Amino acid sequence: MTLTLFLVTFLASLALGVVYELTKAPKAAAENAKKNFAIKKVVAEFNNEPNAEAYRIPTADGTDSLTCYPAKKDGILVGTAIESYTMKGFSGLIRVMVGIDTSGNIVNTSVLEQKETPGLGTKMTEPFFKDQFNGKNPSTFKMTVKKDGGEVDAITASTITSRAYCDALQRAWDAHTKGGRHE
Amino acid sequence: MPCNAPGMPIRKEDVMSNMKEFTKGFIKENPVFVLLLGMCPTLGTTTSAINGLGMGLATTFVLVASNVVISLVKNVIPDKVRIPAFVVVIASFVTIVDLLMAAYFNTPGPNGEPSLYDNLGIFIPLIVVNCIVLGRAEAFASKNNIFRSFLDGLGIGLGFALALMILGTVRELLGSYSLFGFRLINTDGILVFVLAPGAFIALGFIIALINHLRKTN
Repeated sequence: MTLTLFLVTFLASLALGVVYELTKAPKAAAENAKKNFAIKKVVAEFNNEPNAEAYRIPTADGTDSLTCYPAKKDGILVGTAIESYTMKGFSGLIRVMVGIDTSGNIVNTSVLEQKETPGLGTKMTEPFFKDQFNGKNPSTFKMTVKKDGGEVDAITASTITSRAYCDALQRAWDAHTKGGRHE
Repeated sequence: MPCNAPGMPIRKEDVMSNMKEFTKGFIKENPVFVLLLGMCPTLGTTTSAINGLGMGLATTFVLVASNVVISLVKNVIPDKVRIPAFVVVIASFVTIVDLLMAAYFNTPGPNGEPSLYDNLGIFIPLIVVNCIVLGRAEAFASKNNIFRSFLDGLGIGLGFALALMILGTVRELLGSYSLFGFRLINTDGILVFVLAPGAFIALGFIIALINHLRKTN
């Protein structure tokens, strides 16, 4: 009885090991492609491999660090994609890729991961909301929703998500301007 | 139940009963609409037709694979440890599905929509606690031969996938006015149908309709 149970678990783990080894490379490639896709969307055209040149910068308050992907065209930096996050979403964590050009303007943003309410908070991925940050510089553009005295049009019925989005973008920008490495 | 011994002529009744094992999952013993099993993924993942179909097909794969393997090893597993052994088999296949989906169904849409793997999220690993899977293993695969267990798994699995796709289609149509991701009317839908309460409402009406049709037939 013990032997059969051992054999079953042994064979199962053997099979899992094989599948894990087989899917390891395509899984990593899919994750990589997803990241590259997000980087491509948020910064100007580049021709280097930002993923290979990634580095980490401390956040403005120094409690954490964010990963930066420098985008370069013919060796000249055109912008940086910063993987930022916020815990203030309606369902907690939201991860956003934020593209910032060399003069500190936000180029574009892209949501990497979120668990917001479908049909409400998830609208943050739609252009009418997220495109309002494009080309803005948070030093002159007040990055809070209008309800809080800022300049951001919140999503109707999703103020918490809208605030969280601003928080994630602000975190990226603060880290970039205050703690960032400028090449 | 009688098994087909090799070399015996195939009888018409056997073919018919095998067919029945396959087709029963669609209407007569549909896991969602008739047996009301596996409600957690049913209500959780059917925000759109494609999510429902993806979840249904992932579950079908686990059902077919675990039914076949369990039917294969049913005679060497002592009765006392059969449930742990079944759970190990099922959990292994769920992990395999999770790994495969992370590798091959993980490309985001053209406009950066989340991939199928991201959409289904935690519900893929949770197939392991879907009572349909262990239910079929215990009630069918542990008592029947490989071929019939395969048909049973495939039928029940596809019935589950069909049910999830129907529910997903209804919720997507009403909740976002779109069909398989294509916007039909360019305004916001009836939001409640995308949210959890809408899942219960839509499911309730579909079950009522099916009960009505079954009674009148």
